[in-house]
Amino acid sequence: MIDMQEELYKVQIDNIFEGPMDLLVHLIKKHEMDIYDISIALITEQYLKYLQWMKAINIDVAGDFILMASTLTKIKSRMLLPVHEEETDDEDPRLEIVKPLEEYLQMKSAANELIARNLLGEDTFVRNPNQENHSKDQGGEIIKVGLFELIDAFQTILEKISEHRGVDIITADTVSVRDRIVQIVEIFETRESVTFNELFPINTDKSEIVVTFLAILEMVKLSLINIVQNTQTGIIRLFYL
Amino acid sequence: MEDIKNIIESLLLVAEEPLKIDRIKDILALAEKKEIQNALTELSSEYENRKGGFFLREVAGGYQIRTRPEYREWIKRLIQPKPLRLSKPALETLSIIAYKQPIIRSDIEHIRGVDCGGILRMLLERKLVRILGRKAIPGRPHIYATTKQFLEVFDLKNLEDLPTPKEISELSHVAPENMD
Repeated sequence: MIDMQEELYKVQIDNIFEGPMDLLVHLIKKHEMDIYDISIALITEQYLKYLQWMKAINIDVAGDFILMASTLTKIKSRMLLPVHEEETDDEDPRLEIVKPLEEYLQMKSAANELIARNLLGEDTFVRNPNQENHSKDQGGEIIKVGLFELIDAFQTILEKISEHRGVDIITADTVSVRDRIVQIVEIFETRESVTFNELFPINTDKSEIVVTFLAILEMVKLSLINIVQNTQTGIIRLFYL
Repeated sequence: MEDIKNIIESLLLVAEEPLKIDRIKDILALAEKKEIQNALTELSSEYENRKGGFFLREVAGGYQIRTRPEYREWIKRLIQPKPLRLSKPALETLSIIAYKQPIIRSDIEHIRGVDCGGILRMLLERKLVRILGRKAIPGRPHIYATTKQFLEVFDLKNLEDLPTPKEISELSHVAPENMD
């Protein structure tokens, strides 16, 4: 019983093949066949069985798999046909599958050799690492944000808001800048920092956003907060001083 | 120029990509290619004798100082490189392009037996593969080839430097795969 379960389990995790060639290679290996002397009958039978399994465990069997199944079946039936004397074409029907298999295996082995090399950024490194290839240690560098970056960030938020809703809804009770500062300070009482974007929920209206932005500027002016940006992620964070 | 070796070494240290001999020649203005080649060979053997933290590699048609693989783990404590993270299918596709280039998508798919569209896009994005042009056949499919970045990442001098794929006779009793 345990064995059965293990077998099923194995089917589910190990045998999800990337393509028909993969499955074919697996079967040939499993039965320790020489690719130049494949038992087509056995392989075809096994191959079809696997397709059934894959269907049973709800893997969407792609057309490629079906195509290979029909190729195998075709070869199998051709092998069963008696060879007629007059036929000049007495090529082993299995060649139809052996040639692509050869090429596929060769490329697989080439892939193995490639990945075993001393890979840049993996095994070996250069002194001037591209920003593209490397990310800095833990969260990256932090720089103080200037007014322009802040305005940029603000613009992005405004754009996001206008995407979100076409029309501005006029709200009667807007908060004042002073009130907003108090609200932000309240946030800081529960946590050390807050991201710029968190202060601008997507469904607030424009006037409120402007008020929040003015409040942030005012707080910087009053040296209440410090604004920094992570060079890697671009996230702007506000720290309460 | 007596200190040609030192000059070249200083260039190698600062260069942001593999430094080509022609480029060194332009910079030095005087030197003969052969002289530069000799200096590079000498530098390389000095590094070999010293067996220090780095060595000189010939990659992508140029020369580059690189750290020795023995110290990879230490470097990974200093910087956190984005892992190469090439899936098995991606690596296989890349190999096919590397060995068979220039190649069109349908030929790649013919070898792998599966669709490669997504993988190709990813390889293009990561600049390991580029489009050379279009083939003059119906549908004018893109022709794919590997990039300089590919040579740099895989520590290859040029395309001839690709390891010779094993003959299938050696593989016929299908070789154990360490990639599974």
